[in-house]
Amino acid sequence: MDITMVHILIPALPFLAFLVNGLLGARLIRDQAHWVATLAVAGSWVLSVMTLMDVLHGKTFYGNIYTWISSGGLDVSVGFSIDPLTAVMLIVVTTVSTLVHVYSVGYMHGERGYWRFYAYLSLFTFSMLMLVMSNNFVQLFFGWEAVGLCSYLLIGFYYDKEAAAVAGSKAFIVNRFGDFGFALGVFLVFLTFGSLDYRTVFAALSGWESPVVEVFGLEADLVTVIALLLFCGAVGKSAQIPLHVWLPDAMEGPTPVSALIHAATMVTAGVFLVARCNPLFNLSATAMSTVAIVGAITSLFAATIALVQNDIKRVVAYSTISQLGYMVLACGVGAYSAGIFHLYTHAFFKALLFLGAGSVIHAVHDQDIRNMGGLFKHMKITAITFWIASLSISGFPLLAGFFSKDEILWMAYASGGVQGKLLWLVGTLVALLTAFYSFRLIFLTFHGEFRGGHEKEHHLHESSPVITVPLIILCVGAVASGWVGLPPVFGMENQFAHFLQPVLGHPEAHGTHAEEWMVMGVSVAVGLLGIGAAWVLYGRRSDLPARLGALANGVPYRWLLNKYYVDELYNLVFIRATVAAARNVLVAVTDGAVIEGIVNGVPAMIGRISEKVRGLQTGVLHHYASIMAFGVLLLFAIVIGWGGG
Amino acid sequence: MTDLDSMIPNTLAYPILTVLTFLPIVGGLLLMLVPSSSHRLIRTSALGMTLLTFLLSLPLFTSFDKSTWMMQFTENRPWIEAWNINYSLGVDGISVLFVLLSTLVAILCVLISWTAIEQKVKEFHVAILIIEGAMIGVFCSLDLFLFYVFWEAMLIPMYLLIGIWGGPGRLYATIKFFLYTLVGSLLMLIGIITLYLKGGQTFSIPELMAQAPGFSVELQLTLWVAFFAAFAVKVPMFPVHTWLPDAHTEAPTAGSVILAAVLIKMGAYGFLRFSIPFFPGATQLMAVPMMALSVVAIVYGAVICYGQTDLKRLIAYSSVSHMGFVTLGIFALNTQGLEGGILQMLNHGVVTGGLFLMVGAVYERTHSREIAYYGGMARSLPVYAVFFMVLTLSAIGFPTTNGFIGEFLILLGGFARHKPLGVVAATGVILGAGYMLWLYRRVFFQETSENVSALQDLTGREIVAVLPMLIFVFWIGLYPNAFLGFMHASVEHLIAQVGQAEETLTLAQVLMGR
Repeated sequence: MDITMVHILIPALPFLAFLVNGLLGARLIRDQAHWVATLAVAGSWVLSVMTLMDVLHGKTFYGNIYTWISSGGLDVSVGFSIDPLTAVMLIVVTTVSTLVHVYSVGYMHGERGYWRFYAYLSLFTFSMLMLVMSNNFVQLFFGWEAVGLCSYLLIGFYYDKEAAAVAGSKAFIVNRFGDFGFALGVFLVFLTFGSLDYRTVFAALSGWESPVVEVFGLEADLVTVIALLLFCGAVGKSAQIPLHVWLPDAMEGPTPVSALIHAATMVTAGVFLVARCNPLFNLSATAMSTVAIVGAITSLFAATIALVQNDIKRVVAYSTISQLGYMVLACGVGAYSAGIFHLYTHAFFKALLFLGAGSVIHAVHDQDIRNMGGLFKHMKITAITFWIASLSISGFPLLAGFFSKDEILWMAYASGGVQGKLLWLVGTLVALLTAFYSFRLIFLTFHGEFRGGHEKEHHLHESSPVITVPLIILCVGAVASGWVGLPPVFGMENQFAHFLQPVLGHPEAHGTHAEEWMVMGVSVAVGLLGIGAAWVLYGRRSDLPARLGALANGVPYRWLLNKYYVDELYNLVFIRATVAAARNVLVAVTDGAVIEGIVNGVPAMIGRISEKVRGLQTGVLHHYASIMAFGVLLLFAIVIGWGGG
Repeated sequence: MTDLDSMIPNTLAYPILTVLTFLPIVGGLLLMLVPSSSHRLIRTSALGMTLLTFLLSLPLFTSFDKSTWMMQFTENRPWIEAWNINYSLGVDGISVLFVLLSTLVAILCVLISWTAIEQKVKEFHVAILIIEGAMIGVFCSLDLFLFYVFWEAMLIPMYLLIGIWGGPGRLYATIKFFLYTLVGSLLMLIGIITLYLKGGQTFSIPELMAQAPGFSVELQLTLWVAFFAAFAVKVPMFPVHTWLPDAHTEAPTAGSVILAAVLIKMGAYGFLRFSIPFFPGATQLMAVPMMALSVVAIVYGAVICYGQTDLKRLIAYSSVSHMGFVTLGIFALNTQGLEGGILQMLNHGVVTGGLFLMVGAVYERTHSREIAYYGGMARSLPVYAVFFMVLTLSAIGFPTTNGFIGEFLILLGGFARHKPLGVVAATGVILGAGYMLWLYRRVFFQETSENVSALQDLTGREIVAVLPMLIFVFWIGLYPNAFLGFMHASVEHLIAQVGQAEETLTLAQVLMGR
C-alpha cells in the first residue's frame, strides 16, 4: 500500500519539535522545552503503534515522497518502506525515546541548555526514524550520519568539559571509518545494480550470479565485497571490534542519552543494517562467517573488560558492546530474527540499566562503584528494577533476556559444523561473564555498606516519580517483552520470528529437541553460576577480588582495566602518526623545504646568475620578469617545435 | 558546427552579460570621483552597486533554458577585426552558476569589510568592484582573447588587495601569488596564440571547440599542458598550491572570500571550458593522471591540516583538499563526476567563502588567527557557534548539506571511473571530519578562553553577510536538482565532446612517439 500521512508524521513530529525548540528554545520556551518534544515523540509512538497494528494485519507500505538527487542514471528519493522489520524498529525507537523524554524532565532539570538538550533529542528521534523507515541506501545513510551527529552533539552536551568534547569528536570520527567502507559498498551496489532502492536491488539478487572480482590482488565474489563493505558501517555504528573504542567514551554524555542512543537505538542501527540487507549477506558464506566471528569476538572481548571496570556507566557500556556482539553474531549465522529479537528485548533491559544507573548517579553524585554500596535500602524502586534488568540480561528463566539470548545461542549451535559449536561455546562463556559482571555491579552498588562517607549517606534518597515511573515501565518490558517470542520447544510457534519471516526468512536449525533443551539448560546454569560467583566475590569474601587481581603480578588485571590498551594503540598509530607526519614531513619538508625551496630558490638563483652576468642590482620583481621572459621564449620554441611537427 | 549554431542570442531587455561585467567596473571608476574621506558614501555606493548587479543577474537564474547545452544570452560584435577578435559573451550550464555566485559574493565582501577596512577605503572598494566585473567577464567570455584580458585584469586588483590591505606578511604572499599565477598565465598565453595559429586564425571558443579536437594528439597534449599550467596553479592542484595558504592568510577577509569563493574556481572552470572540449584526445590520456594528482591533493591537503596552528591557514589547506575533490570529479569524465565537480565548485565557494567570512568577523574583534588563542566560544558567541557548525558540517559532507551532494556524486563518479583512486579519495571523508571537528572543538568547546569570554556575538550586519551562505548550504543540500538541473544538458554535451576522441592510445605511447 502507499504511504499515508500517518507514516510521514511519525518522523515529521519530532522534526517539528526540533525546529520549534531549536528556534524558540533559547528565548521563549526554555525550561518548558520538554512539553514540545515529549508530546511530539508520544505522538510518533501512537502513530507507530497504529502502524504496527496495520502491519500485524498483513499490510505493508511503500512509497517515494520526494526526488532528492538526480544525476545521470542516479536517482535518489526520499521514501518509506514499512514492513514487519521497520514496524518492530518503530516501536523500539518511539517507546524508549518517549520514556527517556519523560525521565529527562527529572534528570536534566535545571541544567543549562535544557531546551538544547530536548532539541537534540527530537532531532535524534527524527533521524533514527528516517533511518529505519528508509526505502533506499542513501536515505539510510542520511539517517546514519544524522544519528551520528546527534550522538556527537549529545555526548558533547557538557561541551566545556574537555573529556566530553573529545569523546563527541571521537565518536564521530571513529564512525567515519565505518562510513568509509559503507559508502564504497553503496557505490558498488549502484554500479552493479544501477539503483540504490532496496526493492530494485534485492529483487535483482534472485537468480543473480555474483561475478568474481579482483581486490588488491585477491579474488573475491563481488557480493562478498559489497556485503563486507556495507558491514564496515555496521561495525562502526554498532561498536564492533575494531571500531568499538568510541562507545565507552560516549558515556561522557548525559545518562538519558546513553540509555536512548548508546544502548537502545542508535547503536543497534548496525544490526538493523545487516538484517535489512539480508538478501545480500545470504549470498556470501564468507561475509556471513565474518559477521558471525566479529560478533562473537566482540561479545567476548567487551565482556572481559566489563569484569573489572569501576565506573557504573562504563560497565553497562561494555555490556552493551558485548550484547551488540550477540546480535551481530545472530545475523552472522543467518538468524536475523533472533538478532532483532535480542535488539528488541535488549532495548528494554539495557535502557533500564542505564536509566537506573542515572538514578543512582543522581543520588550519589558519583559514578565510581567503589564509592557506593548499600543503596538498596535508600532507593528501593531503582534497586529492584535494576535487579530485574540484571536478571533479564543474565538470562534468568522466563525473563525477556532469557528468550532472546537463548534463541541466539541455539541458532549458533544449530547453524552446524565446527564453527557453529565454537560460536555457541563463546556465546555461552559470554553469558557466564555477563551474569558475573552484572551482579558484581549489583552487589557493589546496592548491597553491603555505603562507602561514600557519612555526610553523603544522609542525603541519599529515591529519585522522583518522573524518573522512577519510566524505570517501572521499562521493567515491565524487561520481564515480559520476551513472551512474544517463545521458542518452539515450549510447544508453540515463535510469534516474533513468524512475524518477521517475510523479511528476514528463517534459517534451518540442525539439531534435535534434546539438544535445544541442553543449550537452554546450559545457558541458565552458567547464568546462575555467574550470579553465584559474583555473590561470593562481592557479597561474601570481599578479600578475593583483590587477590584475583594480583594474580600473575596483576598483568591480566591491568590489561583488562586498560581495555587491552587499544585506545593507546590507536592514539599512537592514527592520531600521533598523522599529526607528526603533518608537522614534520608535510609542513616542514614537502611544502616547506622542497616546494618552497624551488619556488624561492629558482628566482634567487637565476637572480644571482643575472647579477653576475650583468652586474645589475635591481629588485626582486626584476628577477621574476627576467626568468619569465626567458621561460616564455623557451617554451614558445618547444611548443612550436615539437607540437607543430 | 559553426559559430552561430551554438549561440542563443540574448532576448532580455538589456544586454545582461555586458551589464553584469561592466556595471561594477564602471561603478568602480565612478567611485574614484567620490572624495576619499566620505567613507560612508563610498561604502554605501559600493554596496548599492553590488546589490544592483546582483539583482540584474537574477534573470540568469530564472530565464535560463535548462534544456539546451548551447550558449545563452549571447552577445557578439567584432572588436579587433584585423586579428579576428570578437567581443563575444555567453553562458551555458557550466558557467551560469558562477556568474551568480560572483554577484552574490561581491555583496558579502562589501558587507563584511564595512568596519574592518579603515585605510584607503575608496581604493579598496574600487578594487573589489573591478575584481567583480573581471570575474564575471572570465565566466562569460566566448572569445579566448577577451577571456585572457579578463583573466589577467582581475589579478592586478587582487595583488593590490593582498599587498595593501593584507596582514604583516603580505608582501611575501603577494609576490608569491604573482609569481605563480604569472608563470601559469604566460604558458596559457602561448597556448592561446598557438591555438589561434593552428585553429584557423580564430579566438572564438565555440569555433575552436570544433577545430581543436582535430589536432594531432601530440599537439593537443602540448597545448593541454600549456593550459594546465595556468589552471592547475589557480585551482590550486598539488604541487603548485603553496601560494594559496600564504595568500589566504595574509589577504584581508574580503580578499580571502573572493579567492576562495570565485578566483580559484577559475582553474577548474578552465579545465571544463577549454582543456576538455578543445583537447578531448589529450584529456582522455591525462584523465587518470589528473585523477591521481587530485587524490594526492585530497589526502595531502587534508593531512597537512593536522599540522596547522593558524585558523586561516588551516582553512586554506582544506581548500586544497576540497578542490582535489572538484578536479577528481571533473576528470572522472562521467555524468556524476562532472556534475558533482561543478556542484562542488559552487559548494566550496559557499562553504569556504562562508568560513572566511566567519573567521574574518572574529579576527576583526581579536586580531588573532592562532587556533590556540580561542576556546569555548560556543558559550560566549552562541549564534556564531551555530553558524560555524553548519559550515563545518557542510565541509565534512554531512547529508542535507551541499557538501554531501557534491562529495557523494564525485566519489561515485570517481569510483566508477577508477576504483583504486576512488577508494583512496574516499579516505578524505575520514581525514576531513578529523581536522574540522578538531578545529571546532578547539575553538568552540572546552573551557572558555579569557580572550573570547567578553566578545560580542555576530552583529546584524554580519549575520546578513553570512546567512546567504547558510541558505545555500541547505538549499543545495535538500534540493540539489534546482542546481544540477542547470548542468545536465551542458554536461551531457561535454561528455559527448570528449567521448569522440580516440581512446586507443596510451600516454606512454604518445610520449614515446607512438
